[in-house]
Amino acid sequence: MSTINKNSRREFLKLTGLTGGGLMLGFSWFSAQAETPVVVNEAGIAAGNVGFNSYLSIATDGTITIFSPNPELGQNIMTSFPMIVAEELEADWTKVKVLQAPLDTKSFDRQVTGGSGAVPHSWKLLRNAGATAKNMLMHAAAARWSVPVEECTALNGFVVHSKTGNKLGYGELAEDASKLPVPKDVKLKDRKDFKLIGKEVKNVANKDIVTGKGLFGLDFHREGMLYAMLQRPPAFGTKIKSVDDAVAKAMPGIVNVVTFKNNVAVVGKSTWEVMKARKLVKIEYEKDGNIESTADHDKLFKSLLDTGTVTVRRKDGDVDAAFKNAAKIIKSEYQCPFLSHSPMEPMNFFADVRADGVELVGPTQTPGAARQATSKLLGIPEDKITLNITRLGGGFGRRLKTDYATEAAELSSLIKAPVKVIWTREDDMTGGSYRPAVRYRFEAALDASGNLVGYKLRGVGINSGNPTREDNFPSGAVDNLLIDNVEHVSPITTGAWRAPITNFLAFAEQAFFDEVAHAAGKDPIQFRLDLLQKAKEKPVGAVKYDIDRMMGVTKLVAEKAGWGTKKGASQGFSVYFSHRSYVAQIGEVVMKAGKPVVKKIYAAADCGEVVNLSGARQQVMGGIVDGMGHAMFSKLSFKDGAAVQKNFDTYRLIRMKEIPEVEVHFVNNGIEPTGLGEPALPPTGGAIANAIFAATGKRVKNQPFMEEDVFKNPTVTPNIKTNTKLPKSSFQKTKKA
Amino acid sequence: MAIFKLNINGTEHQVDVAEDTPLLWVLRDHLGLVGTKYGCGIAQCGACTVHFNGVATRSCVLPISSIGSSKVVTIEGLSPSGEHPLQLAWNEVDVPQCGYCQAGQIMTAAALLKQKPHPTTEEIEGTMHGNICRCGAYHRIREAVKLASTKI
Repeated sequence: MSTINKNSRREFLKLTGLTGGGLMLGFSWFSAQAETPVVVNEAGIAAGNVGFNSYLSIATDGTITIFSPNPELGQNIMTSFPMIVAEELEADWTKVKVLQAPLDTKSFDRQVTGGSGAVPHSWKLLRNAGATAKNMLMHAAAARWSVPVEECTALNGFVVHSKTGNKLGYGELAEDASKLPVPKDVKLKDRKDFKLIGKEVKNVANKDIVTGKGLFGLDFHREGMLYAMLQRPPAFGTKIKSVDDAVAKAMPGIVNVVTFKNNVAVVGKSTWEVMKARKLVKIEYEKDGNIESTADHDKLFKSLLDTGTVTVRRKDGDVDAAFKNAAKIIKSEYQCPFLSHSPMEPMNFFADVRADGVELVGPTQTPGAARQATSKLLGIPEDKITLNITRLGGGFGRRLKTDYATEAAELSSLIKAPVKVIWTREDDMTGGSYRPAVRYRFEAALDASGNLVGYKLRGVGINSGNPTREDNFPSGAVDNLLIDNVEHVSPITTGAWRAPITNFLAFAEQAFFDEVAHAAGKDPIQFRLDLLQKAKEKPVGAVKYDIDRMMGVTKLVAEKAGWGTKKGASQGFSVYFSHRSYVAQIGEVVMKAGKPVVKKIYAAADCGEVVNLSGARQQVMGGIVDGMGHAMFSKLSFKDGAAVQKNFDTYRLIRMKEIPEVEVHFVNNGIEPTGLGEPALPPTGGAIANAIFAATGKRVKNQPFMEEDVFKNPTVTPNIKTNTKLPKSSFQKTKKA
Repeated sequence: MAIFKLNINGTEHQVDVAEDTPLLWVLRDHLGLVGTKYGCGIAQCGACTVHFNGVATRSCVLPISSIGSSKVVTIEGLSPSGEHPLQLAWNEVDVPQCGYCQAGQIMTAAALLKQKPHPTTEEIEGTMHGNICRCGAYHRIREAVKLASTKI
C-alpha cells in the first residue's frame, strides 16, 4: 500500500517483484490518447523511457501488482479496482498486491476522488486490462503445450489444459506472455460467471491500518523536513493589519516566522513547538469585506426568498394559472446550516520546492488540480512537479480543494526548505470551505382529487451556486413547475461536501413531499409512485432520471420495511437520485422523554453492479450514519465572521450510542456500476424527518433536528401515529394479492 | 527542554523535549511511532488513544512530564505480530473505511477487553462512545469488539 516515488524505478521493480522478469502490461487504457495496451520490459522502465505507474504486472513468482490511480479516502477504491482486474484475469486474489500510483496524467485520465465516479468511469477499462492479460497468458500456455488456445481455460492464477491435465501458473507464463502481441479485442466474462465481483472482499489495507502503519499524509516524514502551522484570519472578511512575531521567533525550536498573503507561518522543528509558538504571534486584523453572522443570514434568507434576484433553472407549463386554480396549496420552508467537513485527519501537505523541481506529498482528492495550482502559483512547469498521493484520513469534499497543498508549496519556496504544513482541528473548523447554508421554499398546488398540478421550489444559499437540482424528480412529473434560486455572495468560503447540494436538498424535498402527500390524503409512497408513473406515461419536458430505477428502490424498501403493515412502527419514507445511483430509505423513530430516537433505517440501493459487497454495505451504512448525524446534531454557525464551533467539544458529530440498526438491500439489476460513495447519504434526513412526523405529528424543518425547539425543551406528550391511517397504496395491495 | 526516559511498547526510549509536550507528539515527531493519530488535540475524538499503565488514555493531552516510569503501549506495540484478537476481528468484520481513527478505536477496545473480556453491548457502546469515526463505521466497530470478546 505504499506510495512510490516517480524516480525510484529500482524500488518499483522490487515492489512488483519484477527484477527477475515477468509480464508488465501497460494500463494505457486509462489514457485518452493511447487505446492500445503495450507490453513494457524491465529495461525500458529502468532506463526511464516509459512511465511505470500504470501497469498491471505479473512477476515470475505469480505475484500480481496493480496500481490504483485514484486517491483512497475510505471509499475502498484500492480494493474494488483491483478486484475488477482480478476478476477478468482469473487471478488468485491472495496473490494480488495493490500500490497507490502517484499523480501521472500521461497514464491516467481521471485521478480524482469525487462525484462517486471512479468505478463507473473505469469499469470497462479495468475489465479489459484483466481480460487482455489473461488472453496473453492463455496464448503463452497454448504455445508451450502446442494445443489450440480454445482448449485452454484460465482458473485461479493458472492456465489449464483439461485434455492433458497440463497446468501452468501465471508466474511461469508471464515472461512468454510478455513476448506476444497484445490483442486488441478481448472477450469479457458473463456476469453470471463472476467469482469476485459481487462478493464480500476485505479491504486490502486492513492489516496496515490495524497495526498503525504510517499511511496518511500526516504520517509522512522526510529527513530534515520542517514543520509549520499557519495562522489564518480568525474571521471571514478580515485581513492582516500588522504582525509582531518577535516573541514567537525566539521560542525554542522555531526556525522562522513568515508572513505571506493573509497567513503567518510559524516554522519549526516539531509540531508541538510550532503549535505553542504560533499562539505567541501577535496579529492585528482589519476589515476586508462583509463581516457576517448566522443571525444575519437567518434574516437575509427570508428577505431574499421574497425579493432576491432570481435565476430561473427550470420552467414547465404555467405555474401561476395552476396555483390560481388550485383546490389546495401547501407552502413550506426548510433550512440547513453550514457544516464542516471535518475529516478525522486534519489538512496537511508536504512540499519541497527546489531549484530543480518541486516535490509534493499529501492527502488530496484532486492531485492533478493541486499540481496545476502549484505550477501556476510558483511559475514552475507541471513536468517539474511530482505529487505522491498518500492515503486520505477522510475527505468528504474538503480535499477537492487545493488551498492546503499550494500554501505548503508557497511556504517551502519562501523558506527554501522541505516543510510539512499541518492544520489543527481548530484551523480546519475555522479555516473555511463549508457545506453552504441554504433555505428552501416549496409550494405545491393540488387539484380537487389531490393530484399535484403545480410545484415551485426556490432555494437561497450562501455561496451555494445553484442549490437546486432542477432536472431531478419531480421535474418531468408535474405539468406546471418552476425551480429557481437566489445566491448570496459572502466572504465565508464554501465547497462541495459529500453529495453536494443533495445532502440537504434531498431532506427538504422529501420532507415536503411527505407534507404534500398527507395534504392530498395519499400514502406517501403511493404519491411518489403515481408521480413517477405520470412521468413515464406523459413526461413533462425532459426527464433526466431513470424512472424504473427510482420505482425499483422505492418498492424494494417498502417491501423490506413492511411499509404500512408493520404495527406500532412510526415510519418515514424518502427516495433520492444523486450522481448516477438511486437509494430509498425508510426510517423508524420512537420518542423517548420527548426526544426522537432513530431505531432503524432500511435502505434499498441501486448502484448497478455491486463490485465489493462488503465495501458497498460500508458505503451505504456509513452514508446513512453520516447523513443522520449531520441532519440531527451538527451545525456550524458564525458570529462576527468567525466560526463559533471550533472543535469536537462544541461541533457535534454522531457517536456510537446514537446509531440506529441499519438494514441494507441492493437491487441487483446487472447494469454497469453507477457509483456509491455518496448516494446513500441524501435520503437519510428525509426518512428520519418523516418518521418523526409519523411518531409525533410534528414536522422538523430545520437542521440539526435536535436543536428544534420542540426537542430542545420537550413538553409535548408524543402523539404516536402510524402510516396505516392513510389509504393503502396500490403497491401494498398488489403485494398482498 | 529536558531529558525524559520513557517505556514505550516495552522498550526504553530517551527524548529531549519541553516538559509540556504531549505524549502524542513525542510518539509521532520524536519516536516515529505514527500509528497514534492526531484528531482534535482536546481529548474529544479518541484518535490518539494509547494504554497508560493499561488504561486507555488520550495521549494528546498527556504531558510527557507526567509519564515517569509508567508503561505506555501504542498500536504498534499492542501485539508484536499484529494479531491481537481485536486486530484479527477488525479484518474479519472488515471494519476500516478511511482507517484514520481505527488505531484509537482498537486501543480503546483493547483496554476494555483487558478489564472486562466479555462486555455487554451496552458496555461496548458506553466505552466506544468516546471515539469518533467520521466515516460512520460504528456498526462494524461494535461487531468487531463483540467478535474479539468471543476469542479472548
